Amino acid sequence: MNTENNNLDPRIQRLDLQQNSQNPNPNPEHSHWETYEVMVQPKRGDAHTHAGSLHAPSPELALVFAKEQYGRRDKCFNMWVIPTAQIFAFNPSDSDMFANNIDKTYRNAGGFKVGEKISEYKKQLNSK
Amino acid sequence: MNSLNNLITKRLQKIADDAFIIGHRNAEWTGLAPTLEEDIAFSSMAQDKIGHALAIYTLLNEHFNYPKPDQYVFTKQTQQYYCCQLVQLPIQSYDFSLMRHFLFDHAEIIRYNELINSTFTPIAQIAQKIKGELKYHIFHANTWIQQLANSSPEALQKLQQSLNYAFPYALNMFESPNTPEQDQLLQTQGVMPTETEIKQQWLNNITTQLNDTPLVIPCITQSNTGKGGVNGVHTPYLTQAINEITQVFNTESTSAEW
Repeated sequence: MNTENNNLDPRIQRLDLQQNSQNPNPNPEHSHWETYEVMVQPKRGDAHTHAGSLHAPSPELALVFAKEQYGRRDKCFNMWVIPTAQIFAFNPSDSDMFANNIDKTYRNAGGFKVGEKISEYKKQLNSK
Repeated sequence: MNSLNNLITKRLQKIADDAFIIGHRNAEWTGLAPTLEEDIAFSSMAQDKIGHALAIYTLLNEHFNYPKPDQYVFTKQTQQYYCCQLVQLPIQSYDFSLMRHFLFDHAEIIRYNELINSTFTPIAQIAQKIKGELKYHIFHANTWIQQLANSSPEALQKLQQSLNYAFPYALNMFESPNTPEQDQLLQTQGVMPTETEIKQQWLNNITTQLNDTPLVIPCITQSNTGKGGVNGVHTPYLTQAINEITQVFNTESTSAEW
């Protein structure tokens, strides 16, 4: 500790950190912790929803960090963490592949006119 | 019954003062912890600690006629603190703060798990409420120690130095303000276990944890280093901490509220 400075506040005490630091094993440049994606499950049985990402050196520490970063305010039952590198996605330039989806109404269940048939069937049951 | 109350309140003050001071110390890492993620986690746990202290100070106010928590804690003298010396030490480097958190919380979780079954219902309710938080604190401490102790030789060396330095202080976390006979009485009455018993379980638990790492626990079970906090024998660091804690309170009239 700095003996000349009596103040124990680390914000003051560490001001000369740079002059004194002699890191014998500096990290190679551009080496970082992996990023993880965090999925939050608000209550049992709910789907996990993507909440954000974080840096961590291991899956266990990713869980440690995820709990405080994405679980400390809202309701939370469980969490998943996934290495970002393990997620596969489309290239954004390929989004035209999805372009016509909303026009193809025949793919929606609503396209089938079953409602009338069901109520007719119910009527029959009731009249019996 | 009144004498039993006196034994209970002393032990509770000790538990609360320890949590209050370590909460303050660990909060000093806010904005400075090694990474953003760790900053959030460590600061959040520091807040938890101050919450635990507040819960007990509130209990003392409601059940034993102590002054209100702010009034009580911001006006008492340094000698009236029961906290152990381990929690008073400055945060120093992160390896020390992490090691202290590991040693301290392993004791806390044993103590509170026992208090869940206390015949003194108000403390049992508090213990029940915070057991999940302590579980996370232990998960955090264990995961970090495992990660670092099994990484580089430099990390291992730093942790070992911190363990050697903190361990004698940690052994004195278990000092009690009561005599062994008085604590035995509290145990027989089902109020709370003796600190001697907690210490034994703590030694077993940290040994099991550290067996999965190359870290070596110093071969001592008692020490004069860091002794006496519970009897008002404090380090100069406590005065510094209290001055800082009461800075705002002392600038306003004693009825300051926030």
